[in-house]
Amino acid sequence: MEAKEIIARRVAQEIEPDTLVNLGIGLPSMVANYLPKEVHVFFQAENGVIGLGARPPEGMEDPDLTDAGGGFVTAVPGAASIDSAMSFGLIRGGHLDMTVLGGLQIDERGYLANWMIPGKMVPGMGGAMDLVAGAKHVVVAMVHTAKGKPKILKECNLPLTAQRRVSLIVTEMAVIEPTEAGLVLKETGPDASVDDVISATEASLIVQGDVPKMRL
Amino acid sequence: MKHAIKAAEAAELIPDGSTLLIGGFMGVGSPHRLIDAIVDKGAKDLTVVANDTAMPGRGIGKLVTAGCLSKVVASHIGLNPETQQKMISGEIEVDLVPQGTLVERIRAAGVGLGGILTPTGIGTLVADGKQTVSVNGEDFLLEEPIPGDFALIAAHQADYVGNLEYSLTAHNFNPIMALAGATVIAEPHTIVPIGVISPDSVKTPGILVDYLLERQPDGS
Repeated sequence: MEAKEIIARRVAQEIEPDTLVNLGIGLPSMVANYLPKEVHVFFQAENGVIGLGARPPEGMEDPDLTDAGGGFVTAVPGAASIDSAMSFGLIRGGHLDMTVLGGLQIDERGYLANWMIPGKMVPGMGGAMDLVAGAKHVVVAMVHTAKGKPKILKECNLPLTAQRRVSLIVTEMAVIEPTEAGLVLKETGPDASVDDVISATEASLIVQGDVPKMRL
Repeated sequence: MKHAIKAAEAAELIPDGSTLLIGGFMGVGSPHRLIDAIVDKGAKDLTVVANDTAMPGRGIGKLVTAGCLSKVVASHIGLNPETQQKMISGEIEVDLVPQGTLVERIRAAGVGLGGILTPTGIGTLVADGKQTVSVNGEDFLLEEPIPGDFALIAAHQADYVGNLEYSLTAHNFNPIMALAGATVIAEPHTIVPIGVISPDSVKTPGILVDYLLERQPDGS
């Protein structure tokens, strides 16, 4: 199984029924594909819809209905369209149950950096800082390493997105829960051993007893 | 009753050097005819406050390409490489603001608040040079209001008194910006008689709108 599919499948298991969930652009948006049909959730697109639906049939696109990446979408029955103040009020106000975001780096405290690479990539933070500061659960979905280099570090050298411990990190190699005591290795990926994860991670990991494999 | 004006007339109202609040998210819900008219006029030295600068050839991206802007205040410029190039070359000053903070700073200006306190940005580069305020033991950043000389608003429908109704994800920053522009110019898809928009559906009361753009000649 490809790394991104492993990650998306595993993150989908974290989604509780009847919640409001915001999926970031790219890999996080793949999570919706692996949600069991019986699990009903509302997806929020922060540009202004609660109840984001699939892409419409060709030729049926509504220019006034897109997701936060600018792609054409539909709205599911029960959807609501909202303005940006309401949208971010929901995010900061504790009404968003979960956000799934990509990551560039995460440090030992569970702090995320995902919005800029100084001198190289300065796209702006968009909604990322509000999402990490405000969502009840922040799940980071990312590949474990970048060009062979660890992304889970003792300290981020990229600018932080928020000074808040994220709830869970899901990679193709591991599920890691940042806690007060440090990063706890909860599960390993289908093709990774505990030693593989430790050697691909710069930050210290807390390993308690037998670490189960992801069940995908 | 509002007097409906042409896009070119609206562009003439806007002096060079003005600060414009422009609705839209990646070009969705942006006042496209107004933007085209500002480009055609050859406006200069504008500051644009908007969620993003869309992409080259679309929406606010056209103002970037045409060299109308000296400053951009936005949450995201990642999908417009021209904005990034002009930022690096120093042609455009770019101030990046978290999206939820941006909309609330605009709202603060529009509703008479001296600023907002937000947890967003604490402990990040966004906090540099800003005051931190502790409320009941929790830290917040003090973020100041962002008013505009003009707010350029895209709406789904307007009625003859300027009440505005919006469509789906084309709401975005529009209803908030309509509060915060000293002069508000609205570009609706259609204009309908008074009474067609139910009071319950009005998101921007017409009293906020100074100018309405006339219906598009083809009625679309």
